[in-house]
Parts: sequence; structure tokens; C-alpha cells
Amino acid sequence: MADTNTTDPVYKTDALIADDIDAYLDQHQHKTMLRFITCGSVDDGKSTLIGRLLYDSKMIFEDQLAALENDSKRVGTQGKDIDFALLVDGLAAEREQGITIDVAYRFFNTEKRKFIVADCPGHEQYTRNMVTGASTADLAVILIDARKGVLVQTRRHSYLCHLLGIRNIVLAVNKMDLVDYSQDVFDKIVADYTEFANSIGIESFTAMPISGFKGDNITEAPSSNTPWYTGPSLVSHLESVEVNADYAAERPFRMPVQWVNRPNLDFRGFSGLIATGSVKPGDTVRVLPSGKTSTVKSVVTMDGDLDEAVAGQSVTLTLADEIDCSRGNVIAVADNPPEVADQFEATVVWLADDDLHVGRSYWLKLGTQTVSATVQEPKYEIDVNTMEHLAAKTLSLNEIGVAEVLADKPLVFEPYADNAALGGFILIDKVTNATVAAGMLHFSLRRSQNVHLQPTDIGRAEHASMKNQTPRVLWFTGLSGSGKSTIANEVEKRLAVMNRHTFLLDGDNVRHGLNKDLGFTEADRIENIRRIGEVAKLMTDAGLIVLTAFISPFRAERQMVRDLMEDGEFIEIFVDTPLEVAEQRDVKGLYKKARSGQLKNFTGIDSPYEEPENPDIVVNTVEMTVEEAADYVIRKILPLK
Amino acid sequence: MSDMPNLTHLQRLESEAIHIMREVAAETEKPVMLYSVGKDSAVMLHIARKAFYPSPPPFPLLHVDTTWKFKDMYELRDRAAKKAGMELLVYHNPEAEERGINPFDHGALHTDMWKTEGLKQALDLHGFDAAFGGARRDEEKSRAKERVFSFRTASHGWDPKNQRPELWNLYNAKKRKGESIRVFPISNWTELDVWQYIQLENIEIVPLYFAARRPTYVHDGQLFMADDIERLEKVMGKMPEITERSIRFRTLGCFPLTGAVESEASNLSEVIQETLLTTTSERQGRVIDKDEGGAGMEKKKQEGYF
Repeated sequence: MADTNTTDPVYKTDALIADDIDAYLDQHQHKTMLRFITCGSVDDGKSTLIGRLLYDSKMIFEDQLAALENDSKRVGTQGKDIDFALLVDGLAAEREQGITIDVAYRFFNTEKRKFIVADCPGHEQYTRNMVTGASTADLAVILIDARKGVLVQTRRHSYLCHLLGIRNIVLAVNKMDLVDYSQDVFDKIVADYTEFANSIGIESFTAMPISGFKGDNITEAPSSNTPWYTGPSLVSHLESVEVNADYAAERPFRMPVQWVNRPNLDFRGFSGLIATGSVKPGDTVRVLPSGKTSTVKSVVTMDGDLDEAVAGQSVTLTLADEIDCSRGNVIAVADNPPEVADQFEATVVWLADDDLHVGRSYWLKLGTQTVSATVQEPKYEIDVNTMEHLAAKTLSLNEIGVAEVLADKPLVFEPYADNAALGGFILIDKVTNATVAAGMLHFSLRRSQNVHLQPTDIGRAEHASMKNQTPRVLWFTGLSGSGKSTIANEVEKRLAVMNRHTFLLDGDNVRHGLNKDLGFTEADRIENIRRIGEVAKLMTDAGLIVLTAFISPFRAERQMVRDLMEDGEFIEIFVDTPLEVAEQRDVKGLYKKARSGQLKNFTGIDSPYEEPENPDIVVNTVEMTVEEAADYVIRKILPLK
Repeated sequence: MSDMPNLTHLQRLESEAIHIMREVAAETEKPVMLYSVGKDSAVMLHIARKAFYPSPPPFPLLHVDTTWKFKDMYELRDRAAKKAGMELLVYHNPEAEERGINPFDHGALHTDMWKTEGLKQALDLHGFDAAFGGARRDEEKSRAKERVFSFRTASHGWDPKNQRPELWNLYNAKKRKGESIRVFPISNWTELDVWQYIQLENIEIVPLYFAARRPTYVHDGQLFMADDIERLEKVMGKMPEITERSIRFRTLGCFPLTGAVESEASNLSEVIQETLLTTTSERQGRVIDKDEGGAGMEKKKQEGYF
């Protein structure tokens, strides 16, 4: 065997197996389990790393090893050395066979743990495979080629792992042997990654310099090649890190009911897998969505009734009272139950070749609940490479977006970030029965239902009367550079002369303050307008004449603002300037930037402007001067009281 | 349990398998558990009893028989079903029976007709829409990618290019009439896990897994047990020399197709020890995988073999 790149047996279990099998079995019996995902492309050395983990943990039998040595000589890329990558069966073989490159699950043991590795391809077209692998992972190993540093794919993989709620991230800076085990290279990559990780909300990660090929810092650390490294080896980190179940056990008790167990009239039990928390006989529990409470009578298993059961265990509960409870219900701790709602905001990952059909009814499966649900037009799509929010009308294969999900029945749920078992769902096409999407619920859309309006004695009529005017919203809409702000400013000056109380809302005083958190994606634009609408509404309540100057490209949002106001208060003023004219003016140089691609989602260029269908006032800036336009608007809005 | 907040990997694997079985019981119309009497089947059956306790598992057992299994297997099969309080269905492909298909004269056709065709016929006959199988992902390359819920067309075909994504523990059991799902509750178990679980749970398995002195013969360089000498003679014509050896089996199938290993491992600890120290992978003992080169299993699965 070509042995130059293999280390001595590391998991020291061989001797124990031979000498004292019962001691070995006792050790194995008490192992915990860690599921992890490896992210990175073949070029990053992912297959080599997994191959080495399998090899080092003796998960390779002699016949497989013979085949491996043979293949290494024949098609391997490591000269006479063993090409560990071939063990992992190879994407090449999959390509030859024309099989969809998929998640493969592999297994190995160390002295402390059993490991299940979800090995997923790393390219963008396999986002769905990665999401699938990440959905059950406790930890993600994100591989970076030390020679290349943090790449677009590193960001994509990290984002997806974070999105799926993986708490433990290992940044494995691989191929350190090819950069002379340079600490500077390592530190630079870690610094780059830290900056990125913080920007997407990854709070912590563990970075380690490794060589999957040479074996540095895989099982023992520090390797003599990296004396400067003070952290653990990859394997010892994997052996000791906390798994999801540890977090789940600390949360309040929830068990989705899978099956009602009724062997005879004397026994009625509710079978399920405990999602979070723990349960004991005597605990007061609440059945959702009904909200009925009872007491746990027993925790039944074939091995006898339990004194306590914890997250991760499959049990059958009997209750003290005969209350309705069936599949799809959730049994929870009575004083801290999960929410029940039918409208949500969710992140949706599209997994099917057939695009999302907005408004179409799909099956939604969440825990043990299955309901009909529709997905609204996405608020935005997320570019998985840049994390930018983009406007989207639908979602296609591998695309990720944020959208409202409306269910036809109330669902018992928790935000995915708190509890994946009650926040993660799949969508199933009702005709083909294919699993078309996966989603993560953020929150219900009925949060405002408990906020009651406070009636006030001095109302809008009193405010308006004191100001001797009728409140209005003069809503200027049009392309960038059409002249909205200029004209609105002239109109306000005229109103001031007429002793009217006004306020002009425009990009400068809104985008820099109230809305400085918003970008220019479709969703952010919609939110921008919604907030401006709400502010304008408060100002009209105060009796003001409000002028607004925003592109406000979407009819739906202008309609939304109109609907906020009293009849006749909202006056839509279309500043009608053709695109060619606005682009020629290009006062702020924005069109030029948009045309060159520096500015994305620019209205009229790569983002639509929906002209008003029935504007109250149309101002043609090609034919009118600014003064003429302002006079025209004033004439049209008279009288002011 | 309260003093042990961290479940062991076996507790997790068991709980996962129970969850899968309950999902099938709740979401499919007519499930069945395929039962081959091997150690993986034994584990699966044991977990099924746990999943629905105190009810008996709400589905029958189905043994797609080839009539060429070891005698010990038939004996345990009937007893295990009775103990679980489950109905046992045994199916023989009538065409294979009529034509006298056997492992010696018919080679690959034996497996194809008795097992692959037999399974399809049995599922169609009873109209089962979900069938549990004891396959594990660590057994073989093409299994590593198979879903827990593996969808089959109305003609029992498996399309590896078009598998349903499987996220979290949310399984999609929706299908059209005539279509079915093969379900693998112990997908994430390794051979060691299976053995250790058998030991911890004290599950009865066929004695052939343990070494004992048994009549053996050598055929095509492999060691076999002469389980039914009369029948062997009838089919083989001239019976090869029979020698008594201490042997056991790593996997069980049709006795003329299942290679034995010489061994002294007569209890579970020793069997596990031997398994761990053994350096050939488990399925090597089975002739079936070697047919048609490395892609044998994948091809068989596409045709409807479990």
C-alpha cells in the first residue's frame, strides 16, 4: 500500500476490539451522534477530506481498499499516493451515469461519536441539494482552498447553512500544504471570513488550518507543520461540539401528534417525537390548536413507562382527561404554548423545475400538519452569491425568496429560528405530488391584532379646522429625473404664500432617516412607500397638506396609500416625463450608472415603472415649465378649504 | 433518562425509525412490512413493535419467498410474526414455482423471478401502497443516495434522477393510485449499529448468524452450507463433497446463493468482534451483487428489486 500520505491509525479502537470487545461495545453504546454537512466543491478537497475521515476511522474494508488502490493508480490524481477522493464515489461517476448529483450520506465512528456526513455538491445549480443536506445537520464544515481564500461559493454555502439554522460552523482552510502552512495566509482568510460572517448574522465559527491530503490537524493538533495553531483538530472538535438536540432539550415542551394509539377502549395514547423540551407524568399540557388543557398521566414505551422523556425521543403520552386530540395537533407545556396562525412571512426555497405559481394552492406539510396553502408574490428574492435583495415575481429552481404564505386552516407553529420542527415546512404540488419547495416560517402576520386604537379627543377634524384647511396628500409619482421634487417644491412655496400648513416628504428627508434601512429591491421599495403612506396619513390627521415626491413605481402601493386616506384626500399627480427625456436630463448621473450596471433595480432600466391608470392630475414636463406646472397643480386642487 | 440528557446514537436512530414508521401508518392507506428474516428485518420488526406499543403494528408482514431459504429462517419467521401479533403473508411467484426456477440452473433469473417479480406481484395482489424495507445507506453505493421514502411508479420503477427532496423529518407520502412508496426506516444505521442494537435489545435472530459445526460444500470457490441435502442433490445432480466445518453467515438469503465464512464466533460479542475486524464489506458474501458488474444493485433496484 502506498502509505506516504497516511498517518498511523488514529482512533485506537482496533486494539480494543481485539482485546476486549465488550469494553469496546460499551464505549460504542454510549456514543452520541453528530450529523454534519460538508460544503465546498471537489476543487476545495472536500472528497479528499471525507475520504480521509472514512479511511482514518477504519470505515473502509479491505475489498474497498483494494479497489481504491487500484483506482488511485489508474485514474487518481495523487501519483502513487492514495486518492481519498475516489472513496467518496465521485461526482464523475454520477455524471457518467447521468444521475442527478445528489446528497450522499456517509457514516463513520470515532471513540466518542457516530457521525453522519451529508456530502453535497457545491455548485449553485445544486442549492436545493445543499439545503436538503443542511436541513438535518448539526454542524457545517465549510471548506476553503487556502490558495483561493473566501470565494463567492464560500459565501453562498455559509449563507445557506445559516439560513437553515446550523449553529456550528467550521471554517476548514484546506490545502495548507500548498501555501507552506503560512499563518499569514490563514489569518487573512479568517479575517475576511469574519467580516462576511458578521454581515449575515453568523455569530461565531471555528476556523482551522488543515490539509485533507496530508492529514494536518485532522485528527491531532497542532500538526508539526502548524505550530502556531492553538485550536482543536477537526475530529476532536466534531467529537465535542454541542448538537442541536442539546439546544432543543432546553426549550419548552412540544410534541406534534403523529398517531393516536387506541388498542382498546381502555387505552388512548398520543404518539409522537418530542420536538423540544421534556415531559413528565403530572405535567400540565395544552393541546393546540384547540387550547384545551390536561395532565400527563403516563409516558408509555414498550420498555416500560418513563419518569421523564426528552427532545428526540419517540413516545406515547396518555392524558388524564378525555380531550380531543388527533394527528396534526401539538401537545405543549400549558403555560408556554406555541402560536396558532394562518398567515405567515416565510423564506421559501424552490426545489422544482416548475416555477412557483403565485396564488396556486399547494399542500403544506409542517410537522404532522398538512393544509392547503398559497404563496403570495415574493417580497424579494435573495441572490445567494451576494445576499442582495432582488425584485421577483416568482421563484424558480434553486431560488430563495421571502414571501407571505396563507394557509386555509390555522397551523400550530413557532418561528424556524426557535424550533425547526414547528417552523420548517415543505410544499407539495397537488397534481404531480412532487415536493416543490421547502420553507422556514418567520412570524405570523396577525401580530397587530392585539394592538387597539386609542381614541383621542382632539381628532383630525379639530386639527384641520384650526389650520383652516382641508388636509390633502399631493402624491407626485414619476420616473427618476422627471421633475417631481422640483415641481413639488414650487407647489409648496405657493401654498406657503397662501398661508397653508404643509410638509414636503421626499427622498432626502425620508431615506436618510425613517427609511435608511431600506434598499431598492422591489420589497424594500414597497416597504418604503408603505411607511411614507403611514407618515402622510398621520400628517393629514394633524391637518397638514402633505406633498410627497417619490418614484413610487408600483400601482399596488400607490393604491395602498390611497386606501389609507379619506375619500378625496389622496391626489395622485403623474409627472409625465418620457424615459428618453429623463435619461437625457440625468441630473444625478444615475441613469448612466444604471446603464453601465453599477446601479441595480433602477426604475425604467431594469425595474419597472407602472404608470398611473387614472391619475387625478397629469403634468407634462416636456410642454410645461416648472412654474407652469406648479400653477397648474394649484389650480387643480383649489379650493383648499 | 433524566440523568442522561444526551441520547445515545442508538436511541436517536431508534427514535428516528419509530417516527418514520408512524408517519407511514398515519399517511398511507395500506402499508406492509417486507420481512426477509435477516438481522436487519429483525431490527425493523422489533422497532415496529415499539413504535405502536401497546397496539400491535397496524400492518402485516410480507415474506416474498423463494422456497430456497434456510430451514432455520422459516422457523424463526413464523415465530417472530406470532410474537408481534402480526399477520404474516408469504408469497411465492406461481410462475417461478411452476417452472421450477432454482439458483443452479437459472442463475440471475432465480432472483429476478422469485424476488423481483414476486415482490411486484405480491404488492399488486394486495394493493399495498407503502412497503417497509430494511435497507441501509452504508450497504452499497447506490443506497447512499436513496431517500427514506423512495417513490415507485405504478410499474414499481425507481427513477434515481427524479427523487423527491427530503428535508428535516418531513416525508412526502403523497402519490397517485397504483403508485407506491418503499420506506427505509433504518437508512442511517450501519452494520455495527444493527448488531449492537440486537445485543442491547436482546432481539432473536436466526442461529445461522452464530458459528456452529455445519455440513458445508465448496462451489465456485465459495463456501456453502448443505442445508437441504436431498434438494441440493436433486438440482445439482452430483453433490459435491460435504465436509463439516465451523461456519456462520454474515448475511442470509437463499442457501445455495449465500456464502458462509469459517468462524468460531458463537455469541453476539464475538460476532460483532469478528465483523469489526473483518476486512471485507458485508455484501461480498452475496452472489447477487456481483452480477452485471458494479452497477448490479442499482440496476436491480430500477427494475423493482428491493
